[in-house]
Amino acid sequence: MLRIRCPWCGERDEVEFRYRGDATKLRPAGDADLAAFAAYLYERDNPLGWHVEWWLHVAGCRQLLKLVRHTLSHEIHAVLAPSDEVSLPTAEARR
Amino acid sequence: MPAAPDTIPTHSRSERESSGGYSGWRLLREAITGHRGWSRAWAKPAPRPRYRVVIVGGGGHGLATAFYLATQYGITDVAVLERGPIGLGNVGRNTTFVRSNYFHPQNIRFYEFSLQQWEKLEQTLNFNAMVSQRGTLNLFHTEAQRDLFTRRANQMRLLGVDAEAVSRERVKALVPLIDLDNGRYPVLGGFLQPRGGTVRHDAVAWGYARAASAAGVDVIEQCEITGIVRDAKRVKGVETTRGFVGADIVCLAVAGHSSRLAAMAGVTLPIETHVLQAFVTEAVKPVLDVVLTYGPSHFYVSQSDKGGLVYGGGLDGYNTYGQRGTLPMAEELAASAVTLMPGLARLRVLRQWGGVMDMTMDGSPLITRTPVDGLILNGGWCYGGFKAIPAGGITTAHLIATGAPHPLAAHMGLERFASGHTVDERGAGPYPYAH
Ligand SMILES: Cc1cc2nc3c(=O)[nH]c(=O)nc-3n(C[C@H](O)[C@H](O)[C@H](O)COP(=O)(O)OP(=O)(O)OC[C@H]3O[C@@H](n4cnc5c(N)ncnc54)[C@H](O)[C@@H]3O)c2cc1C
Ligand SMILES: [Zn+2]
Repeated sequence: MLRIRCPWCGERDEVEFRYRGDATKLRPAGDADLAAFAAYLYERDNPLGWHVEWWLHVAGCRQLLKLVRHTLSHEIHAVLAPSDEVSLPTAEARR
Repeated sequence: MPAAPDTIPTHSRSERESSGGYSGWRLLREAITGHRGWSRAWAKPAPRPRYRVVIVGGGGHGLATAFYLATQYGITDVAVLERGPIGLGNVGRNTTFVRSNYFHPQNIRFYEFSLQQWEKLEQTLNFNAMVSQRGTLNLFHTEAQRDLFTRRANQMRLLGVDAEAVSRERVKALVPLIDLDNGRYPVLGGFLQPRGGTVRHDAVAWGYARAASAAGVDVIEQCEITGIVRDAKRVKGVETTRGFVGADIVCLAVAGHSSRLAAMAGVTLPIETHVLQAFVTEAVKPVLDVVLTYGPSHFYVSQSDKGGLVYGGGLDGYNTYGQRGTLPMAEELAASAVTLMPGLARLRVLRQWGGVMDMTMDGSPLITRTPVDGLILNGGWCYGGFKAIPAGGITTAHLIATGAPHPLAAHMGLERFASGHTVDERGAGPYPYAH
C-alpha cells in the first residue's frame, strides 16, 4: 500500500489517487515529424528503478502531482507540483 | 535461490529420450513396479558457444516457439535460455483461462487458432495438460453491457466460433451459488463460450519443455541474459551468466521484462510493466463448473481440480516490477467475490501472488521483427498471453523460420503504432494501464 504525501492535502492512501503514466514525455512541436509523435505517444523507457510519473489526486484536491517512485521497491522519493524540477536520487537512476 | 552455474548437473544429448512415452498403460506399469522407471522429463545440457536460434525466456511462449521450430519448421539448432527454473514466470502464475471470445476479427482468428491447438495439445505433446472445456461465462448487468456482449458474440459467430447468449435462469442453473439480485448490480444474463475453459498451467510449461527437449532443443535453466551483442545492423548473440552465446537469430520471450531486454539492444518498446495478482481459497467440494467473469468490477473466478476457488481481477494500477501486489486490490476482489456469490464469504484465502506483465499501448501483443536485424520479439501479452501460448509459439516460429509474419499474427507488428493500425479491444487509447 502506497502512502502519498500530497503537497496540498498531506499524507493519504494510494486509493485516493490515480496513476497517469510517465511524466518525462513532452509533446513535440507542432511541426515535428511522424516518428517524433509516435515516440511521444507510444514509446516508454519503462525502467526498473526510479520513474518520474503523473498521479491525479482524484478523491482529494484533484491536483495533478509529479512523483519520483521506484518501480521495484515502490519507495517514493518526491511528490511535486507539475512544474517543479525533478532531481533523481542517484546519477544512474533513470534506467 | 538459483544454484551456482558450475554446480548444475548436465546430461548428454543421448539422454533426451529417456523419459519415454507417457500413457495410462505406462502409469499402470510404473504403479505396479514402484514408480522406479520414471526419469528426468527434459535434458539439462550446458550452453554451447553458438546456436542458429537463441530464445530468451523459458516461459510458455519461449518453450512453445522452440518446440514448433523443431517440429514444424525443422530447425533444431535452438537453445532456450531461462534465468530461473522452468515454470516460475507468468506461465506458472496465471489463472489458466483459455478462450477465443474477442471482438476484433484478427484477434478472434488468432485466439481461435490457439484454442484449436489446446483441444489437441495433449496428443501433440504426449503430456496431460488437463485441458478442461468447461465454458467461460461473462455476466452482464446493464443493457449497454448486454449490447456490447451481443455485438461480440455476433462477431464471433460470423467467424464460425461458438458463442451463446444466456438467460438469467440459465445463469442460475450454471452457477447455483450466484446472487442474481445482489443489491447493486443485478445479473441480467450472460455470454457463454462453451469451448472456453482452463488448462493446467505448470503442465503446459513442463509439457512443452519435455517435448522441445525430445525434439532436439537445448532447454537451459539458470542462465540469465545480461546483454545483447549487436553490430550497427544485426544481432550477434547474447551475454549470459554462463558466458557468451552466439546466434543468427535472438528471440525475446520474457513476458514482463521485454522493455529491459530490448533496451539491451538499444530498442525502446511501446510497453509499460504492471503487476496482476491471483488468489486461491481453501478447497471445497465442486461448487462452480464454469469460468465466471463478473461485469461491474473486474473479477473472474473458477474452481481448480483440487477444489480451491482461483480468482483475480485487474491490474494494481501503477507500473511496477515488484512480483507481489498490494492490499487495495485484495480488498476489492474479496468484495466482488461476496457480492457475486455471498456464500464465498465463508472461505479462507490460502494463497496470493503476483506476476509482472508487459502492458502494451493498445492492449494487443507483439510478435514482430525489431529495428535490429535478427532480433525477434514475442511479448506484450498483457494479462492474456496464457491462452495464446500454442498460437504464439507457432506464429513466432514461423516468423523466425521464414522471416515473414505468419498471416494469423500479421497485425502484431511493432510498426502498427506509428502507422495507426493499433488493435485496441477496449478502445481505451494509448494508456497501458487502462487495457
Ligand atoms: C496473475 C495472472 C493471471 C493471469 N491469468 C491469465 C489467464 O487466465 N489467461 C491468460 O490467457 N493469460 C493470463 N495471464 C497472462 C499470462 O500468464 C502471460 O501473458 C503469459 O504467461 C506470458 O508468456 P510466458 O508464459 O512466455 O511468460 P513467462 O512464463 O513469464 O516467461 C518469461 C520468462 O522469461 C524469463 N526471463 C526474464 N528475463 C530474463 C533474462 N534476462 N534472461 C533469461 N530469462 C529471462 C523469466 O524468468 C520467465 O521465465 C495472467 C498473468 C498473471 C500474472
Ligand atoms: Zn491532494
